[in-house]
Amino acid sequence: MGNSSVFFGIAEIGYFVAMMVYIAYFVFKGEYLGKGATTVTIVSFLAQTAAFISRWVESYNLGIGRPPLTNLYESLVFFVWCLMLGYLIVEFKYKRRSLGAFVTPLAALALGFVDLTGMSKKIEPLVPALQSNWLLAHVTMSFIAYAAFGLSFAAALMYLIVKTERRNEPAYVFWSVSSSVFFIVIFAMLLDYMNYKVVGESTEGFIKNYLFKTTFRNASSGVAVFSYIVAGIVVFLTWRYGYIIKKAINGFNVSVDFLDELNYKVIAVGFPIFTLGGLICGAVWADQAWGTYWSWDPKETWSLITWLVYAFYLHARYLKGWRGKKVAVVSVVGFITVIFTYLGVNIFLSGLHSYGDMP
Amino acid sequence: MMNQGMTDKTRDKTSIVNTIWGLFSSVRLAVILIAMIALLSIVGTLIEQGAEPEKNVILFKKIFGDALAPAAYRISESLGFMDMYSSWWFLALLALLATNLIICSLDRLPGIRRIVSKPMEPLKEDGFGHHGINKQFVCNGSLTDIRVKVVTALRQLGFHPSEFALERGVQYYAQKWQHARYAVYVIHLNIIVILVGAVVGIQFGFHGFMKIDEGQTTDTAISRKGEEHHLGFSIRCDDFNVQFYGDTDMPKTYLSFLTVLENGKEMLKTSIEVNRPMSYKGYTFYQASYGPLGEGSGVLVLRVTSKDGKSEVISKNVGDVLNIQGSALEAKIMAFSPALAFNKEEKAYTYTDMLNNPAIYVVFREGRTEKYGGWIFKRYPKSWNIPDGSKLELIDNWGYQYTGIQVRKDPGVWIVYLGCICMTLGLYFAFFLSHKKIWVLLVGDKGKVDIKIAASAHKNRGAFDTSIDKAFGPLRDQIGRDQPAANTKGG
Repeated sequence: MGNSSVFFGIAEIGYFVAMMVYIAYFVFKGEYLGKGATTVTIVSFLAQTAAFISRWVESYNLGIGRPPLTNLYESLVFFVWCLMLGYLIVEFKYKRRSLGAFVTPLAALALGFVDLTGMSKKIEPLVPALQSNWLLAHVTMSFIAYAAFGLSFAAALMYLIVKTERRNEPAYVFWSVSSSVFFIVIFAMLLDYMNYKVVGESTEGFIKNYLFKTTFRNASSGVAVFSYIVAGIVVFLTWRYGYIIKKAINGFNVSVDFLDELNYKVIAVGFPIFTLGGLICGAVWADQAWGTYWSWDPKETWSLITWLVYAFYLHARYLKGWRGKKVAVVSVVGFITVIFTYLGVNIFLSGLHSYGDMP
Repeated sequence: MMNQGMTDKTRDKTSIVNTIWGLFSSVRLAVILIAMIALLSIVGTLIEQGAEPEKNVILFKKIFGDALAPAAYRISESLGFMDMYSSWWFLALLALLATNLIICSLDRLPGIRRIVSKPMEPLKEDGFGHHGINKQFVCNGSLTDIRVKVVTALRQLGFHPSEFALERGVQYYAQKWQHARYAVYVIHLNIIVILVGAVVGIQFGFHGFMKIDEGQTTDTAISRKGEEHHLGFSIRCDDFNVQFYGDTDMPKTYLSFLTVLENGKEMLKTSIEVNRPMSYKGYTFYQASYGPLGEGSGVLVLRVTSKDGKSEVISKNVGDVLNIQGSALEAKIMAFSPALAFNKEEKAYTYTDMLNNPAIYVVFREGRTEKYGGWIFKRYPKSWNIPDGSKLELIDNWGYQYTGIQVRKDPGVWIVYLGCICMTLGLYFAFFLSHKKIWVLLVGDKGKVDIKIAASAHKNRGAFDTSIDKAFGPLRDQIGRDQPAANTKGG
């Protein structure tokens, strides 16, 4: 246990507090709450930066000497760092805090996933395939891009909430269902975490034995059915009373045009970086290591799918009738594919990228 | 009559061509193709590609149930889903997308060229107020003073303005980065370049695998289809080694020592490891795998160091006897284990046939009496010490393993990389630069200057608007300070 874990502990608690304060600010408004949320976020961000640097130093002290960007734990944490940096830039540039209530839960979800799965936080040396400078370029740029896509997700979701009028609109159903499912997943994982504490198993073992075992996959079928009913009620209530969230956003005087433009702008930053870092550097690295720059393995294919979804977004903006709600839906779908590319492929599909296994 | 028919036919033909051209030059088709490629690609990640049938049959049973699974599998297989990324319909989709990209570009490029090459012209006075960005304000000062300030502001924005003299004033106009309008086509063109590179690689390249035992030489690689391919030169594996981190079984390096031979002559002696391949005559060799040969222990390479520090390296086999120099001891190699471990009862056992922890069991005798016996490990120097002060070290097991090498010849890879670099540049220009135009009209009127600004940007207009405000800020602030003073004068 070095300094890095102390700093990281501070950052982790800080981000959870920041999430709650941002949500409180979102509900109750109040300048003091907003300033508090920003302060907590900045402090947590600085603590995480310190954790990042000291982890790097610690790896040198262990004689391993590599930037902390090479395994699942480190990359998830780096994603949170990029996301919060990107968010703080947006907050200071546009002087708007309401986005915070949508971005901080993403950070909390990533950190929660780290703790829930009890994945290894040890600084371990690299297996031969990962000993490449291309890995560093690939991981760094991929996660900067993912963070940008995370911001676009938050902006697109807010856009949909503000822009939709009627409950039977497809776009309204889409945002209410997807955001409530998102929160149900976080909450169910939180219950698992409280129930089982740190698990520390292989990914497959974790999914088989623990994920959603407190709720949807409970041994007692009564509890399981009850969980589904509760989840259904939550989805229904979000759908029924979604206008409350809309009112809350409207209270901030956020214009829809601003959200649409922000959505486009962050994708415009993320897309070229993802193309270069995620796809091209990844291909060059695969070429160096295995002698094929493209082999259609699930991870590669899913990153191409992600790229295609955002390419779709960029082109659909020029189509009649697509600008606005439809492309915002595409942007939300884009981030879902990002999550699947990063976590889903390792968990559900096999591939060459075996470092994603959580030992 | 006949003439009439002919023209009708030609009209029909051109209209068909036009319809097809219209279809292929539409963004709508591009969007549909992108969506189809993305959705079908998902299927290819669920069905394991090029796998043994059993694996996918299990998946099909889960989805379709036991009864329907065999039929569903057969249909999917005949449609090419088991190797879908090289199936005719997936390649056809890629070809359609490529055609779409080319025709879209051909359709739009002439228009874009006209816009880019059109020289900037001064704007008529009534043309102000109808652009994306329009500003108007009055400045105090002489026309000559304000002119200098306006030119400075425009230079600050990165423009090199032209001047157009008017009766009572002057107009400045400029544009920049008009070539950024081509960036989108650079991206599209380079996607085609990447696809061409991939096709060149598939057509003229070779992908194969070589399995070389330690000490063996071969000139043959096995292609993915299982065919033999002669390289025209030979490769010898001099040695293969795995290095581990500390005491763990976590691999640090997979290292193959290779020699390239042509007509029996040594041309190149080198080593390869993962992420550090070697190239020779267009072929590149990648460290891919390794394994045991399963033919006993091969040769054990040992180093014997006597009490007075003299050492020699010798090769022995299991069952051989060697004399320890400067000592009456005689060592007999009783057994070999590629990966030795001890269980809870302290009993030795081999946990894998990989060379993870090679060890030999040696019995030391003096005359006929057995003095010591024990395991000597390659990875643990402590085990090398013999109680009488001399040392027996296990250096290597030679001829026990093979190295697996991926062989590639891909003349298209540089085309692909060139396409990647140019596409990245195109993306940068497309997203971060935009074609900007600006016109500034100055009209002098009794110690005041009337300023009108018209400007446009083909992307990110908001940012351009802000930077214009910033550059012209000092001129505007001047009004704020000077106007009240002027008013008092007037009063």
